[in-house]
Amino acid sequence: MLTCKDFLGWLNEYLEDTADAETRSHLNEHVKACPNCWVVFDTTKKTIQVFKGMEPQEIPDDVEARLMDALERRMAAGGAPPAG
Amino acid sequence: MTPTEQQAPPSGEEILVQNAKSGDVRAFTELVNRYNRRIFRLARHITQNQEDAEDVLQEVFLKAYTHLHTFEGNARFYTWLVRIAVNESLMKLRKRKTDKEISLDEPVSAGEDEVTREIAVWDGSPEARFSQTEIRRILDDAVDTLAPIYRTVFLLRDVDELSTEDTAETLGLSIPAVKSRLLRARLQLREKLTRVFKKKEEDLLAYL
Repeated sequence: MLTCKDFLGWLNEYLEDTADAETRSHLNEHVKACPNCWVVFDTTKKTIQVFKGMEPQEIPDDVEARLMDALERRMAAGGAPPAG
Repeated sequence: MTPTEQQAPPSGEEILVQNAKSGDVRAFTELVNRYNRRIFRLARHITQNQEDAEDVLQEVFLKAYTHLHTFEGNARFYTWLVRIAVNESLMKLRKRKTDKEISLDEPVSAGEDEVTREIAVWDGSPEARFSQTEIRRILDDAVDTLAPIYRTVFLLRDVDELSTEDTAETLGLSIPAVKSRLLRARLQLREKLTRVFKKKEEDLLAYL
């Protein structure tokens, strides 16, 4: 029987479904029997999901304008990209 | 205006990169527009300084433009940009924190015990309870409290979605080191987010 510490040690593989079949079945057993580990598993999964679902914010207009200026200067100075 | 404008801009990254390499400035500009927000976010989180992040943003795309001919296309173009961004960001971070060495290579401390104290189910989905702006602030604040060694690995793996191998290579870490840092980072963030997203008054439910 896996301990909670064992379960946590395998949490990445469990979340990413990369554990081997035997380990996976032990992890399944543990999470069914242990409410605390189930909550940790569930809320860690949600933590990753909420980060993955977050689109990056727009860049402030002035920052974007300075980026494009810098690029245009480089393009003008160097002509075509190096391969050309 | 010109005949070339009839052509729809290529949507695939590979085609854009090919066109940019052969001198198509618009293709390169489209790559910039496609990825600049993500590169800026990464730089902001690693440097934790707006001014540094802006410098990094410019450096990344200037370097990418200058060295485009060295990009071989066996990695994703975006992964290549992330590598440049991480290097530039870490240089900035080290420059600012001269008193304190920033190392991504220090051993992972202690066990997981101290990051699993807050055990509570979440109250529905965060998206249903908080606005996008609020969630963004909550997530940004949570990431920014992580130590650089955890923050950087988490950003590359779970935010920018690089593979474990690419993350290891980008940061000069072993694969087991990436995995253990990612686990620590995920658990620390889970702990922080649970304090905000948990069901109120039911903190003890999980212990029953």
